[in-house]
Amino acid sequence: MSCFQTIQDYGLRSIGYGERLLPRDDFTLCQQFTLIGSGMIWNIYFGVVALILGFMFANALALAKGAQNPLLRKPAEWFIFVFRGSPLFVQFFFGYFLFLSLKNAIPFFSPLSAAWLGALVVLFLNTAAYSGEIFYGALKSIPRGDVEAADAYGLSGWTRFRRVIWPTMMRLAWPAYTNEAIFLFHATTLVFFSGFPAWQQRGDALYYASYFADKTFNPFVPYPILAGYFILLTLLVIGIYGLVNKYLNRHMPQEQRRKLRVRPQIIR
Amino acid sequence: MLLYYSLGTVLALLAITAPAALAFGFLGAMSARTRAPFSWVGKAYIALVRGVPDIAFFLFFVIALDQMFEWMRHKTLCPDWDQPIRQGNDFVVCDAAKLPLGNASQWVHEVYGFSLAVLTFAIVFGAFAANVLYGAMRAVPRGQMETAEAYGMSPRQTFWRILVPQMWVFALPGLSNLWMVLIKATPLLFLLGVEDIVYWARELGGSKTARFTAYPHADWRMWYFFGLLVFYLIFTKFSEVILDRIMARLTHGQATSGGEAQRKYPS
Repeated sequence: MSCFQTIQDYGLRSIGYGERLLPRDDFTLCQQFTLIGSGMIWNIYFGVVALILGFMFANALALAKGAQNPLLRKPAEWFIFVFRGSPLFVQFFFGYFLFLSLKNAIPFFSPLSAAWLGALVVLFLNTAAYSGEIFYGALKSIPRGDVEAADAYGLSGWTRFRRVIWPTMMRLAWPAYTNEAIFLFHATTLVFFSGFPAWQQRGDALYYASYFADKTFNPFVPYPILAGYFILLTLLVIGIYGLVNKYLNRHMPQEQRRKLRVRPQIIR
Repeated sequence: MLLYYSLGTVLALLAITAPAALAFGFLGAMSARTRAPFSWVGKAYIALVRGVPDIAFFLFFVIALDQMFEWMRHKTLCPDWDQPIRQGNDFVVCDAAKLPLGNASQWVHEVYGFSLAVLTFAIVFGAFAANVLYGAMRAVPRGQMETAEAYGMSPRQTFWRILVPQMWVFALPGLSNLWMVLIKATPLLFLLGVEDIVYWARELGGSKTARFTAYPHADWRMWYFFGLLVFYLIFTKFSEVILDRIMARLTHGQATSGGEAQRKYPS
């Protein structure tokens, strides 16, 4: 079987197109590359959607945590503490079983126990908590002069927030937020390893990599392939976030621009 | 009962892994500070481990280490073995080289699995600790080192008497961050075959509910994981308090803004 044929059969296997059965023996290098790459579709889907939704919620969280009113501040503080203080792994399990019992109680929630939505919700809440904390830190470190200058120009309320505070907050938070984004992509590998089942063997990249490692008893091929894919993905994320960082810093004098310092994180 | 036993496993793992990772990190940082050909070892170690999702590392390292040990024992113990070790998909070594030995008792298997897990954790977290310590070593004010040299200390003396005692205050924020991450990383253990509390939460919940399809109460497994969540939250909070105290102690008398604040406004 040619490699092109394999790509046609397994390229979209992870989302249910192409060959139904996974290869069982005589694993070729091409099959491993194709299937693990096909699993990356899930990693990218979880990462991108959770990042976009999480970004919006994180802004709200950061503002709520910075608010004077304790009715806004306390819930935000607790939300951030709960999601940052416990392992993502346990959150996945807890979320899965919570959704299962919700599903038993009210059938309306049944899609939540499937990975594509349930895991996404957990990832979304988790990344919102982490980025919320980053944004809150940035909100607290906005130079006082910037806000005073805005006041002096007669800006106030929503206009001041939209034109001065928010852009500065983004600019200060962006390097840390880049790390958060890289980390989120790495964390997507946990989805099918915790509670969420892979329906019809449609799993993510790590699911297929461990499938091959189990079948061949040779971890030295699938895991380096997985690592290679993730390094490419990380470089892509760094590239895109670097462009945004450049845009956010375009008004600063050249030497004061904040360089992106990428520090890939660990587990949470 | 087994749940409490596995709780002990987690705590023991943390207690052993943290110093081991610190030692790996210290060696890595020391080697990254040396001259060019030697520093590559430390820098490559740091860069390699940090670039890859760690769960992949955990899955990979355990099998890789296991196979490496068996291969080394195979080479020394069975020199007259003529078949290839890798036969297709199988990894075959002679019986004497099996780890643990096929006839060993149950606890040997458990201890072996546990130490593999510890070693894997130490390697991965050692890389992160190495990065923190490397930064901390460079953050010690240059003047302190120059003073030591002016007093006629040799490079070795400067390193052990001046640099190492002073670097902790710079390293502690990073290390405490790492500790928090390490606490949260322990549930990954059960992927490595050691039975920890997450495993038992799943098992206990599973056996209690599997027989019933219509629950007379809410799903039990959910509450096991809820308990686990609370356990981790309390553990995190507790560590936060302790680490704050250590930080206050370390800052005392240091040439940092924190130390300055302590001097001016003693509490």
